[in-house]
Amino acid sequence: MPLAMGAASRRLAGGGMLRIVAGRCVQAVIVALVVGVVGFAMMEALPGDAAFRIAAGRYGYDAVSAAAADLVRAELGLDRPAPARLAEWLGHTLVLDLGRSVVTGERVAAAIASQLANTVSLAVAAMLVALAISLPVGCLAGLAPGGVLDRVSAVLSIGLRATPAFLLGVVLMLLLAVELRALPAAGHGRASHLILPSLTLGLFLTAVLTRVVRNAVAETVASESFQFARLKGLPLPVAFWRHGLRNASVPVVAYLGVQAALILEGVVVVESLFAWPGIGHALTHAIFQRDVPMLQGTALTLGLAFVVLSFLVDLACRALDPRMRA
Amino acid sequence: MIHFALRSLLAAAAVVSCSFATVVPAAEAQQRTSVAVVAPWHVSGMEPSQDGYTYLRMQTGETLVGADLDGKLVPVLATQWGVSDDGLTWTFTLRQGVSFHDGTPLTVAAAVASLQRASGKPGVFGMAPIERIEAADNAVVIRLKRPYAALPAVLANYTAMILAPASFDAAGEVTQFIATGPFEVAELNAPQSMTVRRFDGYWGAAPAIETASYLSSHRAETRALMVESGDADLAFTLDPAGYSRLKALDDVDVQVKPIPRVIVVKLNIARAPLADSEARRALSLAIDRAGIAAGILRFPEAAASQLFPPAVAGWHNPDLAPLTHDPEAARRILADLGWKPGSDGILERDGVRFALTLRTFPNRPELPLIAAALQDQWRQIGVALDVSVGNSSEIPAGHQDGSLDMGLYARNYGLTPDPVVNAMDDFGSGGGDWGAMNWDAPAVAAALETASGVSDMAQRVPAIATVTEALQVELPLIPIAWYQQTVAHPAALKGVAVDPLERTYGLSDLRWAE
Repeated sequence: MPLAMGAASRRLAGGGMLRIVAGRCVQAVIVALVVGVVGFAMMEALPGDAAFRIAAGRYGYDAVSAAAADLVRAELGLDRPAPARLAEWLGHTLVLDLGRSVVTGERVAAAIASQLANTVSLAVAAMLVALAISLPVGCLAGLAPGGVLDRVSAVLSIGLRATPAFLLGVVLMLLLAVELRALPAAGHGRASHLILPSLTLGLFLTAVLTRVVRNAVAETVASESFQFARLKGLPLPVAFWRHGLRNASVPVVAYLGVQAALILEGVVVVESLFAWPGIGHALTHAIFQRDVPMLQGTALTLGLAFVVLSFLVDLACRALDPRMRA
Repeated sequence: MIHFALRSLLAAAAVVSCSFATVVPAAEAQQRTSVAVVAPWHVSGMEPSQDGYTYLRMQTGETLVGADLDGKLVPVLATQWGVSDDGLTWTFTLRQGVSFHDGTPLTVAAAVASLQRASGKPGVFGMAPIERIEAADNAVVIRLKRPYAALPAVLANYTAMILAPASFDAAGEVTQFIATGPFEVAELNAPQSMTVRRFDGYWGAAPAIETASYLSSHRAETRALMVESGDADLAFTLDPAGYSRLKALDDVDVQVKPIPRVIVVKLNIARAPLADSEARRALSLAIDRAGIAAGILRFPEAAASQLFPPAVAGWHNPDLAPLTHDPEAARRILADLGWKPGSDGILERDGVRFALTLRTFPNRPELPLIAAALQDQWRQIGVALDVSVGNSSEIPAGHQDGSLDMGLYARNYGLTPDPVVNAMDDFGSGGGDWGAMNWDAPAVAAALETASGVSDMAQRVPAIATVTEALQVELPLIPIAWYQQTVAHPAALKGVAVDPLERTYGLSDLRWAE
């Protein structure tokens, strides 16, 4: 489907593009600052002595003692006032130094790089699972609103959305790993380890995505332009292919961006259940152990990932919907 | 553009569905030489004072002194040891012909350097009263500030593992785990997993197993299912549901062994309602330990009749009158102490309510459940309990700043093979972060000094009896249950033995049935 774009409109689009990129860069800086300051303030506001928390994270609770906590306090300078510690973190972050985990001593950037890679592979695989199910089911349901498939898929979607990801994961584990022995139950290292967690997360995403696709398609099919295409005499599949798909895909693509937040909710549970060494698992531990550098680094990475993702979604929507480029 | 996007989506979907369809069942049949361990604990790095227990359990690292499954000290990297007459100088003769995983020989200098570094770190070894560590011709000599009979036991702790000089960078940080165990670290994926392989240059008998993996999985459900699906060969610390399910399977064996870990309630004796030992006895009498052991832990034999379980050799005192359950007697005792029920049924005395807060934490999933049981059982004798479930460190922190009323936790009295090390920390003068709080018992402190200073059993036995009797009568801590370690493994895996001191997974004794 070639896009008819004159030189003038292309130039206009280019200028708009530049503005969007610049806007997003400013947004990224603001997000980084807000995430850093708010994250830090929240950790400060948590009850409990950070030195004890960190010592518990490092040495295990059998060995946490006042002596260990004092060593931690002295080593990390936790006695210094909070603004001084925040300023130090900001200063280091400006020169792209995320520091070291106060619990493991590992470089935060290195830890995040490996965890993020694991989480991204899980998220992408889950998204593919979700799309593989939602697109055909949602399209067919939307083409015949109120039909059998529409109603069955609505019930299944509600059921899936109401099932906690944890329960879904255990059921899949029982079915595919224990009963059928087709897949490893948990762990990482082999490609097959990715399947069960991504299936769990994917099904979790499918619930809402199917309904979004179905609604977008149903709305498009009900529109006057589409009805006109049918009146021209085009058979339904051809009419949908030429005049429905692009219209219906705009809200779906926009929703995929929103879904990133849902993925994050899912990975925290799914990663922990399947012993998958990703960023969700790391984030919960960083909070529990008061590992401020690790938490700040993780939150920053996730915040910036959202900015990039929503930028990509914007670009995709602009590509799909010529009205946005006007 | 849309065509392209749609086509790539369809292609991706096809790839995904193919990958589901073509998954091959795990290869089995041929003689296995590997073992997969799954346990709840992270392996965050290589620092022995932090993650050393995993390296010791996976038999990559070794200590000078070890312990057998009965807790008796045995030679490992030291072949023998002895102490001078004044009890201040210990000499550990180093084993000859031992190689580190990098091929360099274990020398006295290397052992001394490794121990010197370890003594500056938090943990069991760092707390021993060590003056200095020196090399003598084939021995490591440790000079003490005061006599300390438990030194060999302390050297069996993971914090005292011997690492090769090449393990450390210039700043003294561990960059590679190079030690002397029968297995060497092949790969570490912190914090989740580690793999080890058999070390061919090992000084002792070669294990039958060639490789082993360690996976940290926080979820007890996951660990149980992994054994059931064949993905794990040794799963530690099962929850009651997983334990019952696995026990019913023919091809899985489940073992239960009491370990020297005890679930206790720590009491701040400075709080008015807890100051009288009779009041503490009343609280103890109100606890239905058999019910908690059978209902929450699913092991009726776990109910504690005294603080130290039979697994703590020399410290379990069969002569003590066991702790019992008698809520009626508890009510009578509190009434005799002048406590009267208020309008809401909660006891009051001189305007003070018998209302306290108990801190606990969820890392061991049974603790919040036991807290709820205590809340209910104490409520029945008119004691109001608030339960605060937070982080484990809030108990020692509350001990330090005095804000703690009560704490519920599982204390490991097997950190070293000699429980005197923990007992000194917990019940010595001033009490301890994980022990008594504001409990003043000079006779116990003196008895502990004796027990820790002398190796002579004739002097130790009465001293230890003094301690255990006082603990039973005065109840500075209220014992609830003795911990049971659970492990599940395929029936075809032979040689599995649970170490009550949790020092080893016993990989070197494992083999697969033909």
